[in-house]
Amino acid sequence: MVMVKRRPNSTLKFTLAVFAGAPFAWLVYLISLEIAQPTSGLGPDPAEGLLHYLGEWSMIMLLVAFSVTPVRRIFKQPLLARSRRMMGLFAFAYVFLHLLAYIVLYVELSMQQLLEDFVERTYITAGIAAFFGLLAMAITSTKGWRRRLGQNWLRLHKVIYLVVPLALLHLIWLRKDGFADITLYILWFVILLGERAYQVRKSRQAATV
Amino acid sequence: MLIGKSPKIPTSEITSETTYLNRRKFIGQSAALIAGSGLLSSAQAGLQPDDEITPEDIVTQFNNFYEFGTDKSDPFENAHAMTTDPWTVNVSGEAKKTGDFAFEDIIKGMTAEERIYRFRCVEAWSMVVPWMGIPLKKILEQFEPTGNAKYVEFKTLVRPDEMPGQSSFFSSIDWPYTEGLRMDEAYNPLSIMVTGLFGKELPNQNGAPWRLMVPWKYGFKSVKSIVSIRFVEKEPLNTWQQLQASEYGFYANVNPAVSHPRWSQASERRLPSTLFNTNRRPTLPFNGYAEEVAHLYKGMDLKKFF
Repeated sequence: MVMVKRRPNSTLKFTLAVFAGAPFAWLVYLISLEIAQPTSGLGPDPAEGLLHYLGEWSMIMLLVAFSVTPVRRIFKQPLLARSRRMMGLFAFAYVFLHLLAYIVLYVELSMQQLLEDFVERTYITAGIAAFFGLLAMAITSTKGWRRRLGQNWLRLHKVIYLVVPLALLHLIWLRKDGFADITLYILWFVILLGERAYQVRKSRQAATV
Repeated sequence: MLIGKSPKIPTSEITSETTYLNRRKFIGQSAALIAGSGLLSSAQAGLQPDDEITPEDIVTQFNNFYEFGTDKSDPFENAHAMTTDPWTVNVSGEAKKTGDFAFEDIIKGMTAEERIYRFRCVEAWSMVVPWMGIPLKKILEQFEPTGNAKYVEFKTLVRPDEMPGQSSFFSSIDWPYTEGLRMDEAYNPLSIMVTGLFGKELPNQNGAPWRLMVPWKYGFKSVKSIVSIRFVEKEPLNTWQQLQASEYGFYANVNPAVSHPRWSQASERRLPSTLFNTNRRPTLPFNGYAEEVAHLYKGMDLKKFF
Protein backbone atom coordinates (compact mmCIF):
# COMPACT_ATOMS: atom_id res chain seq x y z
CA MET A 1 0.00 0.00 0.00
CA VAL A 2 1.18 3.45 -0.83
CA MET A 3 1.42 5.79 2.10
CA VAL A 4 -0.47 8.98 1.48
CA LYS A 5 0.97 12.06 3.05
CA ARG A 6 -1.75 13.95 4.91
CA ARG A 7 -2.35 17.25 3.27
CA PRO A 8 -3.59 20.01 5.53
CA ASN A 9 -7.04 19.93 3.97
CA SER A 10 -7.66 16.24 4.45
CA THR A 11 -8.44 16.53 8.17
CA LEU A 12 -10.99 19.23 7.44
CA LYS A 13 -12.44 17.23 4.60
CA PHE A 14 -12.64 14.10 6.72
CA THR A 15 -14.39 15.98 9.55
CA LEU A 16 -16.92 17.41 7.11
CA ALA A 17 -17.53 13.98 5.64
CA VAL A 18 -18.21 12.55 9.10
CA PHE A 19 -20.75 15.28 9.80
CA ALA A 20 -22.42 14.94 6.42
CA GLY A 21 -22.55 11.17 6.74
CA ALA A 22 -23.88 11.14 10.30
CA PRO A 23 -27.60 11.46 9.37
CA PHE A 24 -27.15 8.55 6.99
CA ALA A 25 -25.46 6.46 9.68
CA TRP A 26 -28.34 7.26 12.05
CA LEU A 27 -30.80 6.21 9.35
CA VAL A 28 -28.99 2.89 8.95
CA TYR A 29 -29.38 2.42 12.70
CA LEU A 30 -33.12 3.25 12.52
CA ILE A 31 -33.59 0.85 9.63
CA SER A 32 -31.81 -1.91 11.54
CA LEU A 33 -34.19 -1.31 14.48
CA GLU A 34 -37.08 -1.37 12.06
CA ILE A 35 -35.96 -4.66 10.54
CA ALA A 36 -35.44 -6.25 13.96
CA GLN A 37 -38.85 -5.08 15.13
CA PRO A 38 -41.30 -3.35 12.77
CA THR A 39 -42.51 0.15 13.80
CA SER A 40 -39.71 0.52 16.35
CA GLY A 41 -37.30 2.60 14.27
CA LEU A 42 -39.37 4.57 11.78
CA GLY A 43 -42.86 4.43 13.25
CA PRO A 44 -46.04 2.69 12.09
CA ASP A 45 -45.76 4.21 8.61
CA PRO A 46 -42.06 3.57 7.93
CA ALA A 47 -42.17 4.28 4.18
CA GLU A 48 -43.34 7.79 4.90
CA GLY A 49 -41.04 8.12 7.92
CA LEU A 50 -38.04 7.23 5.79
CA LEU A 51 -39.15 9.45 2.93
CA HIS A 52 -39.55 12.50 5.16
CA TYR A 53 -36.31 11.86 7.02
CA LEU A 54 -34.36 11.73 3.77
CA GLY A 55 -36.27 14.71 2.38
CA GLU A 56 -35.50 16.88 5.39
CA TRP A 57 -31.78 16.00 5.23
CA SER A 58 -31.71 16.52 1.47
CA MET A 59 -32.86 20.09 2.05
CA ILE A 60 -30.33 20.69 4.81
CA MET A 61 -27.43 19.17 2.84
CA LEU A 62 -28.31 21.21 -0.23
CA LEU A 63 -28.14 24.36 1.87
CA VAL A 64 -24.90 23.19 3.49
CA ALA A 65 -23.33 22.61 0.06
CA PHE A 66 -24.61 25.99 -1.06
CA SER A 67 -22.98 27.51 2.05
CA VAL A 68 -19.46 26.24 1.39
CA THR A 69 -18.34 29.13 -0.80
CA PRO A 70 -19.81 31.95 1.32
CA VAL A 71 -18.41 30.41 4.50
CA ARG A 72 -15.02 30.09 2.81
CA ARG A 73 -15.10 33.78 1.91
CA ILE A 74 -16.52 35.13 5.14
CA PHE A 75 -14.26 33.12 7.44
CA LYS A 76 -11.28 33.20 5.08
CA GLN A 77 -10.89 29.42 4.89
CA PRO A 78 -9.49 28.85 1.40
CA LEU A 79 -9.10 25.11 2.07
CA LEU A 80 -12.87 24.77 2.15
CA ALA A 81 -12.93 25.12 -1.63
CA ARG A 82 -11.53 21.61 -1.83
CA SER A 83 -14.54 20.22 0.06
CA ARG A 84 -17.16 21.91 -2.07
CA ARG A 85 -17.55 19.07 -4.54
CA MET A 86 -17.72 16.51 -1.77
CA MET A 87 -20.48 18.41 0.04
CA GLY A 88 -22.39 18.78 -3.22
CA LEU A 89 -22.13 15.06 -3.80
CA PHE A 90 -23.34 14.37 -0.28
CA ALA A 91 -26.38 16.55 -0.96
CA PHE A 92 -26.94 14.67 -4.21
CA ALA A 93 -26.68 11.34 -2.39
CA TYR A 94 -29.41 12.31 0.09
CA VAL A 95 -31.64 13.61 -2.71
CA PHE A 96 -31.03 10.44 -4.71
CA LEU A 97 -31.93 8.22 -1.74
CA HIS A 98 -35.01 10.37 -1.09
CA LEU A 99 -36.14 9.86 -4.69
CA LEU A 100 -35.32 6.17 -4.53
CA ALA A 101 -37.33 5.75 -1.31
CA TYR A 102 -40.25 7.54 -2.96
CA ILE A 103 -40.16 5.36 -6.08
CA VAL A 104 -39.49 2.01 -4.43
CA LEU A 105 -41.18 2.24 -1.02
CA TYR A 106 -43.85 4.87 -1.49
CA VAL A 107 -45.34 4.38 -4.94
CA GLU A 108 -43.99 0.84 -5.02
CA LEU A 109 -42.76 1.04 -8.60
CA SER A 110 -46.21 1.73 -10.01
CA MET A 111 -45.56 3.43 -13.35
CA GLN A 112 -49.09 4.76 -13.52
CA GLN A 113 -48.81 6.30 -10.05
CA LEU A 114 -45.43 7.85 -10.90
CA LEU A 115 -46.75 9.45 -14.07
CA GLU A 116 -49.82 10.75 -12.26
CA ASP A 117 -47.61 12.23 -9.55
CA PHE A 118 -45.21 13.87 -12.01
CA VAL A 119 -47.97 15.46 -14.02
CA GLU A 120 -50.67 16.29 -11.48
CA ARG A 121 -48.76 17.05 -8.31
CA THR A 122 -46.83 20.26 -8.73
CA TYR A 123 -44.72 19.73 -5.62
CA ILE A 124 -43.48 16.48 -7.09
CA THR A 125 -42.83 18.11 -10.47
CA ALA A 126 -40.72 20.74 -8.70
CA GLY A 127 -38.86 18.06 -6.75
CA ILE A 128 -38.09 16.05 -9.89
CA ALA A 129 -36.89 19.16 -11.71
CA ALA A 130 -34.56 19.93 -8.81
CA PHE A 131 -33.27 16.35 -8.94
CA PHE A 132 -32.39 16.55 -12.64
CA GLY A 133 -30.56 19.83 -12.09
CA LEU A 134 -28.51 18.18 -9.34
CA LEU A 135 -27.97 15.08 -11.44
CA ALA A 136 -26.39 17.18 -14.18
CA MET A 137 -24.11 18.77 -11.59
CA ALA A 138 -23.18 15.44 -10.03
CA ILE A 139 -22.32 13.81 -13.37
CA THR A 140 -20.17 16.74 -14.47
CA SER A 141 -18.45 17.09 -11.10
CA THR A 142 -15.41 15.07 -12.17
CA LYS A 143 -12.13 16.69 -13.20
CA GLY A 144 -12.52 15.27 -16.71
CA TRP A 145 -15.92 16.87 -17.24
CA ARG A 146 -14.76 20.10 -15.78
CA ARG A 147 -11.89 20.24 -18.29
CA ARG A 148 -14.05 19.18 -21.22
CA LEU A 149 -16.75 21.74 -20.49
CA GLY A 150 -14.38 24.63 -19.91
CA GLN A 151 -16.27 27.88 -19.41
CA ASN A 152 -19.58 26.07 -19.81
CA TRP A 153 -18.89 24.12 -16.64
CA LEU A 154 -19.37 27.21 -14.50
CA ARG A 155 -22.45 28.13 -16.48
CA LEU A 156 -23.93 24.67 -16.04
CA HIS A 157 -23.26 24.67 -12.33
CA LYS A 158 -25.17 27.92 -11.92
CA VAL A 159 -28.20 25.59 -12.10
CA ILE A 160 -27.84 25.37 -8.31
CA TYR A 161 -29.59 28.76 -8.21
CA LEU A 162 -32.64 26.96 -9.62
CA VAL A 163 -32.19 23.71 -7.72
CA VAL A 164 -32.36 25.19 -4.22
CA PRO A 165 -35.50 27.30 -4.81
CA LEU A 166 -37.18 24.34 -6.54
CA ALA A 167 -36.38 22.14 -3.56
CA LEU A 168 -37.79 24.81 -1.24
CA LEU A 169 -40.96 25.04 -3.36
CA HIS A 170 -41.26 21.25 -3.26
CA LEU A 171 -41.28 21.41 0.52
CA ILE A 172 -43.51 24.50 0.82
CA TRP A 173 -46.16 23.09 -1.51
CA LEU A 174 -46.13 19.77 0.27
CA ARG A 175 -46.40 21.08 3.82
CA LYS A 176 -49.87 21.73 5.17
CA ASP A 177 -49.03 23.54 8.38
CA GLY A 178 -46.17 24.02 10.85
CA PHE A 179 -43.68 26.13 8.96
CA ALA A 180 -40.86 26.50 11.49
CA ASP A 181 -38.22 24.53 9.59
CA ILE A 182 -39.25 25.99 6.22
CA THR A 183 -38.89 29.50 7.60
CA LEU A 184 -35.39 28.65 8.76
CA TYR A 185 -34.44 27.19 5.36
CA ILE A 186 -35.74 30.20 3.46
CA LEU A 187 -33.88 32.55 5.79
CA TRP A 188 -30.70 30.53 5.35
CA PHE A 189 -31.08 30.60 1.56
CA VAL A 190 -31.73 34.35 1.51
CA ILE A 191 -28.61 35.02 3.60
CA LEU A 192 -26.51 32.95 1.21
CA LEU A 193 -27.96 34.78 -1.78
CA GLY A 194 -27.27 38.09 -0.03
CA GLU A 195 -23.62 37.20 0.46
CA ARG A 196 -23.29 36.34 -3.22
CA ALA A 197 -25.00 39.56 -4.29
CA TYR A 198 -22.57 41.45 -2.09
CA GLN A 199 -19.60 39.67 -3.71
CA VAL A 200 -20.85 40.46 -7.20
CA ARG A 201 -21.26 44.12 -6.26
CA LYS A 202 -17.81 44.24 -4.73
CA SER A 203 -16.13 42.71 -7.76
CA ARG A 204 -17.97 45.11 -10.08
CA GLN A 205 -16.82 48.06 -8.01
CA ALA A 206 -13.27 46.70 -8.06
CA ALA A 207 -13.48 46.38 -11.83
CA THR A 208 -14.55 50.00 -12.32
CA VAL A 209 -11.80 51.40 -10.09
CA MET B 1 -68.10 -5.51 26.59
CA LEU B 2 -70.91 -3.60 24.98
CA ILE B 3 -71.27 -4.50 21.36
CA GLY B 4 -73.68 -2.54 19.21
CA LYS B 5 -75.28 -4.03 16.17
CA SER B 6 -73.89 -1.48 13.81
CA PRO B 7 -70.42 -2.33 12.56
CA LYS B 8 -71.30 -2.97 8.97
CA ILE B 9 -67.89 -4.14 7.98
CA PRO B 10 -68.90 -7.70 7.15
CA THR B 11 -68.39 -9.65 10.35
CA SER B 12 -66.28 -12.12 8.42
CA GLU B 13 -63.72 -9.37 7.88
CA ILE B 14 -63.38 -8.46 11.53
CA THR B 15 -61.08 -10.27 13.85
CA SER B 16 -62.44 -10.61 17.35
CA GLU B 17 -60.32 -9.15 20.09
CA THR B 18 -59.60 -12.56 21.62
CA THR B 19 -58.47 -14.02 18.34
CA TYR B 20 -56.54 -10.88 17.72
CA LEU B 21 -54.87 -11.00 21.10
CA ASN B 22 -54.10 -14.69 20.72
CA ARG B 23 -52.68 -13.95 17.33
CA ARG B 24 -50.50 -11.23 18.79
CA LYS B 25 -49.34 -13.67 21.41
CA PHE B 26 -48.64 -16.20 18.72
CA ILE B 27 -46.79 -13.62 16.66
CA GLY B 28 -44.85 -12.64 19.74
CA GLN B 29 -43.91 -16.24 20.39
CA SER B 30 -42.96 -16.92 16.81
CA ALA B 31 -41.03 -13.65 16.70
CA ALA B 32 -39.13 -14.76 19.77
CA LEU B 33 -38.54 -18.13 18.16
CA ILE B 34 -37.39 -16.57 14.93
CA ALA B 35 -35.22 -14.07 16.75
CA GLY B 36 -33.76 -16.99 18.66
CA SER B 37 -32.91 -18.79 15.48
CA GLY B 38 -31.32 -15.62 14.13
CA LEU B 39 -33.71 -15.21 11.22
CA LEU B 40 -35.64 -12.06 10.43
CA SER B 41 -39.36 -11.96 10.89
CA SER B 42 -41.48 -12.37 7.82
CA ALA B 43 -43.79 -14.95 9.29
CA GLN B 44 -46.57 -12.47 10.07
CA ALA B 45 -47.80 -12.10 6.52
CA GLY B 46 -49.76 -15.32 6.41
CA LEU B 47 -51.55 -14.49 9.66
CA GLN B 48 -53.26 -11.30 8.49
CA PRO B 49 -56.90 -11.45 7.51
CA ASP B 50 -58.39 -8.47 5.74
CA ASP B 51 -59.25 -6.15 8.60
CA GLU B 52 -57.28 -6.66 11.72
CA ILE B 53 -57.72 -4.18 14.54
CA THR B 54 -54.80 -1.78 14.58
CA PRO B 55 -52.65 -2.15 17.70
CA GLU B 56 -53.62 0.23 20.50
CA ASP B 57 -50.19 1.87 20.77
CA ILE B 58 -50.40 2.89 17.13
CA VAL B 59 -53.96 4.21 17.38
CA THR B 60 -52.97 6.28 20.42
CA GLN B 61 -49.46 7.38 19.35
CA PHE B 62 -49.81 8.14 15.66
CA ASN B 63 -52.25 11.02 15.36
CA ASN B 64 -53.00 14.15 13.43
CA PHE B 65 -54.16 16.71 15.98
CA TYR B 66 -52.51 19.95 14.87
CA GLU B 67 -53.53 21.73 18.08
CA PHE B 68 -50.66 19.79 19.64
CA GLY B 69 -48.18 20.03 16.76
CA THR B 70 -47.88 18.81 13.20
CA ASP B 71 -45.80 15.67 13.79
CA LYS B 72 -47.73 12.44 14.16
CA SER B 73 -46.06 11.88 17.53
CA ASP B 74 -46.77 15.40 18.87
CA PRO B 75 -50.32 14.72 20.12
CA PHE B 76 -49.18 11.76 22.21
CA GLU B 77 -46.32 13.79 23.63
CA ASN B 78 -48.24 17.02 24.31
CA ALA B 79 -51.93 16.25 24.78
CA HIS B 80 -51.64 15.22 28.43
CA ALA B 81 -51.56 18.95 29.26
CA MET B 82 -55.16 19.43 28.13
CA THR B 83 -57.70 19.76 30.93
CA THR B 84 -60.82 17.78 30.06
CA ASP B 85 -62.64 18.07 33.36
CA PRO B 86 -64.71 20.24 33.70
CA TRP B 87 -65.80 20.28 30.07
CA THR B 88 -68.47 22.66 28.87
CA VAL B 89 -70.19 22.44 25.51
CA ASN B 90 -71.92 25.43 24.01
CA VAL B 91 -74.99 24.65 21.92
CA SER B 92 -76.32 27.40 19.70
CA GLY B 93 -78.19 28.23 16.53
CA GLU B 94 -81.35 26.73 15.12
CA ALA B 95 -82.47 24.65 18.09
CA LYS B 96 -84.94 24.98 20.92
CA LYS B 97 -82.51 24.10 23.67
CA THR B 98 -79.38 26.16 23.51
CA GLY B 99 -76.78 27.38 25.98
CA ASP B 100 -73.85 25.98 27.93
CA PHE B 101 -74.05 22.37 29.01
CA ALA B 102 -71.76 20.25 31.13
CA PHE B 103 -70.45 17.37 29.06
CA GLU B 104 -71.63 14.79 31.63
CA ASP B 105 -75.16 16.17 31.49
CA ILE B 106 -75.34 15.82 27.72
CA ILE B 107 -74.40 12.15 27.75
CA LYS B 108 -76.16 11.31 31.00
CA GLY B 109 -78.12 8.07 30.77
CA MET B 110 -76.63 7.18 27.41
CA THR B 111 -74.51 4.08 26.93
CA ALA B 112 -71.51 4.02 24.70
CA GLU B 113 -71.48 1.02 22.37
CA GLU B 114 -68.47 -0.45 20.67
CA ARG B 115 -68.12 0.30 16.97
CA ILE B 116 -65.24 -1.13 15.02
CA TYR B 117 -64.71 1.18 12.08
CA ARG B 118 -62.24 1.54 9.29
CA PHE B 119 -60.48 4.86 9.61
CA ARG B 120 -59.14 6.42 6.42
CA CYS B 121 -56.92 9.51 6.54
CA VAL B 122 -56.76 11.85 3.54
CA GLU B 123 -52.99 11.25 3.63
CA ALA B 124 -53.66 7.75 2.27
CA TRP B 125 -53.08 5.68 5.40
CA SER B 126 -55.73 3.79 7.29
CA MET B 127 -56.43 1.88 10.50
CA VAL B 128 -59.18 -0.27 11.99
CA VAL B 129 -60.29 1.18 15.30
CA PRO B 130 -62.56 -0.10 18.08
CA TRP B 131 -64.33 3.07 19.19
CA MET B 132 -66.85 3.39 22.01
CA GLY B 133 -69.53 5.86 21.06
CA ILE B 134 -73.08 7.18 21.18
CA PRO B 135 -75.16 7.66 18.03
CA LEU B 136 -74.85 11.32 17.08
CA LYS B 137 -78.56 11.51 16.34
CA LYS B 138 -79.37 10.62 19.93
CA ILE B 139 -77.15 13.43 21.17
CA LEU B 140 -78.31 16.09 18.74
CA GLU B 141 -82.02 15.38 19.09
CA GLN B 142 -82.08 16.33 22.75
CA PHE B 143 -81.40 19.96 21.73
CA GLU B 144 -84.47 19.87 19.48
CA PRO B 145 -83.09 21.40 16.30
CA THR B 146 -85.70 23.40 14.35
CA GLY B 147 -86.68 23.03 10.71
CA ASN B 148 -84.09 25.65 9.80
CA ALA B 149 -81.26 23.44 10.99
CA LYS B 150 -79.86 22.11 7.73
CA TYR B 151 -76.31 21.62 8.96
CA VAL B 152 -74.52 21.12 12.23
CA GLU B 153 -71.17 22.72 12.93
CA PHE B 154 -68.62 21.51 15.50
CA LYS B 155 -65.68 23.33 17.03
CA THR B 156 -62.63 22.11 18.88
CA LEU B 157 -61.35 23.62 22.10
CA VAL B 158 -59.11 26.68 21.83
CA ARG B 159 -56.63 26.84 24.70
CA PRO B 160 -53.20 27.94 23.49
CA ASP B 161 -51.56 27.52 26.90
CA GLU B 162 -52.44 23.83 26.83
CA MET B 163 -52.17 23.36 23.08
CA PRO B 164 -48.70 24.22 21.73
CA GLY B 165 -49.83 24.04 18.10
CA GLN B 166 -52.28 26.87 18.73
CA SER B 167 -49.68 29.13 20.25
CA SER B 168 -47.13 28.34 17.54
CA PHE B 169 -45.98 31.31 15.51
CA PHE B 170 -45.48 29.00 12.53
CA SER B 171 -49.04 27.77 12.20
CA SER B 172 -51.39 29.24 9.61
CA ILE B 173 -54.59 27.68 10.92
CA ASP B 174 -57.35 30.00 12.05
CA TRP B 175 -58.42 28.32 15.29
CA PRO B 176 -60.81 26.94 16.43
CA TYR B 177 -60.74 23.86 14.23
CA THR B 178 -64.17 23.75 12.63
CA GLU B 179 -66.04 20.97 10.92
CA GLY B 180 -69.61 20.31 9.92
CA LEU B 181 -72.12 17.81 8.60
CA ARG B 182 -75.39 18.01 6.78
CA MET B 183 -78.19 17.06 9.20
CA ASP B 184 -79.02 13.86 7.31
CA GLU B 185 -75.36 12.87 7.48
CA ALA B 186 -75.32 13.60 11.19
CA TYR B 187 -78.46 11.50 11.69
CA ASN B 188 -77.07 8.53 9.77
CA PRO B 189 -76.76 5.56 12.14
CA LEU B 190 -73.03 5.28 11.39
CA SER B 191 -72.32 8.76 12.80
CA ILE B 192 -71.27 8.62 16.42
CA MET B 193 -69.80 10.75 19.15
CA VAL B 194 -66.86 8.82 20.50
CA THR B 195 -66.18 8.76 24.23
CA GLY B 196 -63.98 5.67 24.46
CA LEU B 197 -61.31 3.67 22.71
CA PHE B 198 -60.27 0.04 23.17
CA GLY B 199 -62.88 -0.25 25.91
CA LYS B 200 -61.24 2.56 27.91
CA GLU B 201 -61.72 6.27 28.30
CA LEU B 202 -60.86 8.23 25.16
CA PRO B 203 -57.24 9.44 25.47
CA ASN B 204 -56.57 13.18 25.09
CA GLN B 205 -54.56 12.73 21.90
CA ASN B 206 -57.53 11.00 20.28
CA GLY B 207 -59.89 13.86 21.12
CA ALA B 208 -61.02 13.57 24.74
CA PRO B 209 -63.51 13.87 26.21
CA TRP B 210 -65.49 13.36 23.01
CA ARG B 211 -65.00 13.50 19.30
CA LEU B 212 -66.98 12.88 16.17
CA MET B 213 -66.56 9.74 14.07
CA VAL B 214 -68.00 9.55 10.56
CA PRO B 215 -66.24 6.53 9.06
CA TRP B 216 -67.14 7.07 5.40
CA LYS B 217 -65.35 10.44 5.36
CA TYR B 218 -61.66 11.27 5.54
CA GLY B 219 -60.38 11.49 9.08
CA PHE B 220 -60.15 15.28 9.21
CA LYS B 221 -63.97 15.48 9.23
CA SER B 222 -64.07 13.69 12.58
CA VAL B 223 -63.39 16.73 14.75
CA LYS B 224 -61.87 16.17 18.19
CA SER B 225 -62.34 17.62 21.70
CA ILE B 226 -65.60 19.35 20.80
CA VAL B 227 -66.72 22.42 22.78
CA SER B 228 -69.28 23.90 20.42
CA ILE B 229 -72.27 22.52 18.53
CA ARG B 230 -74.13 24.95 16.31
CA PHE B 231 -77.17 24.23 14.17
CA VAL B 232 -77.12 26.34 11.02
CA GLU B 233 -79.00 26.87 7.80
CA LYS B 234 -75.97 27.39 5.57
CA GLU B 235 -73.09 25.03 4.88
CA PRO B 236 -70.36 25.75 7.46
CA LEU B 237 -66.85 26.54 6.26
CA ASN B 238 -64.63 23.78 7.60
CA THR B 239 -61.03 24.50 8.55
CA TRP B 240 -59.25 22.63 5.76
CA GLN B 241 -61.53 24.07 3.11
CA GLN B 242 -60.79 27.50 4.53
CA LEU B 243 -57.05 26.83 4.28
CA GLN B 244 -57.03 25.27 0.82
CA ALA B 245 -60.40 25.14 -0.94
CA SER B 246 -58.91 23.64 -4.08
CA GLU B 247 -57.83 20.57 -2.14
CA TYR B 248 -60.39 20.07 0.61
CA GLY B 249 -64.13 20.29 0.24
CA PHE B 250 -67.02 20.20 2.67
CA TYR B 251 -68.06 16.62 2.02
CA ALA B 252 -64.69 14.82 2.07
CA ASN B 253 -66.26 11.45 1.41
CA VAL B 254 -63.66 8.74 0.93
CA ASN B 255 -63.56 8.35 -2.83
CA PRO B 256 -60.87 6.45 -4.74
CA ALA B 257 -62.10 8.01 -7.99
CA VAL B 258 -61.40 11.60 -6.92
CA SER B 259 -57.67 12.08 -6.60
CA HIS B 260 -56.29 14.72 -4.28
CA PRO B 261 -53.63 17.21 -5.41
CA ARG B 262 -51.22 15.81 -2.83
CA TRP B 263 -52.09 12.15 -2.70
CA SER B 264 -53.64 9.61 -4.99
CA GLN B 265 -56.71 8.27 -3.20
CA ALA B 266 -56.95 5.06 -5.19
CA SER B 267 -55.23 3.02 -2.51
CA GLU B 268 -54.15 3.25 1.11
CA ARG B 269 -51.46 1.94 3.43
CA ARG B 270 -53.03 -0.02 6.25
CA LEU B 271 -51.02 0.64 9.39
CA PRO B 272 -48.81 -0.69 10.70
CA SER B 273 -46.96 -1.14 7.47
CA THR B 274 -43.38 -2.32 7.35
CA LEU B 275 -40.45 -1.08 5.34
CA PHE B 276 -40.75 -3.92 2.87
CA ASN B 277 -44.50 -4.24 2.79
CA THR B 278 -46.56 -1.07 2.82
CA ASN B 279 -49.66 -3.17 3.33
CA ARG B 280 -51.30 -1.32 0.46
CA ARG B 281 -54.87 -2.08 -0.40
CA PRO B 282 -57.42 -0.51 -2.71
CA THR B 283 -59.50 2.24 -1.15
CA LEU B 284 -63.22 1.55 -1.23
CA PRO B 285 -65.90 4.09 -2.17
CA PHE B 286 -67.22 5.66 1.04
CA ASN B 287 -64.48 3.70 2.81
CA GLY B 288 -66.52 0.53 2.41
CA TYR B 289 -69.75 1.99 3.80
CA ALA B 290 -71.46 2.71 0.47
CA GLU B 291 -74.41 0.52 1.35
CA GLU B 292 -75.16 2.64 4.42
CA VAL B 293 -74.48 6.13 3.10
CA ALA B 294 -74.40 6.29 -0.73
CA HIS B 295 -78.11 7.17 -0.79
CA LEU B 296 -77.32 10.45 1.00
CA TYR B 297 -75.55 11.71 -2.12
CA LYS B 298 -77.92 10.51 -4.82
CA GLY B 299 -77.86 12.82 -7.81
CA MET B 300 -74.82 14.73 -6.59
CA ASP B 301 -71.68 15.01 -8.70
CA LEU B 302 -69.13 13.73 -6.20
CA LYS B 303 -66.25 15.01 -8.32
CA LYS B 304 -67.62 18.49 -7.79
CA PHE B 305 -68.74 18.06 -4.19
CA PHE B 306 -65.53 16.43 -3.01
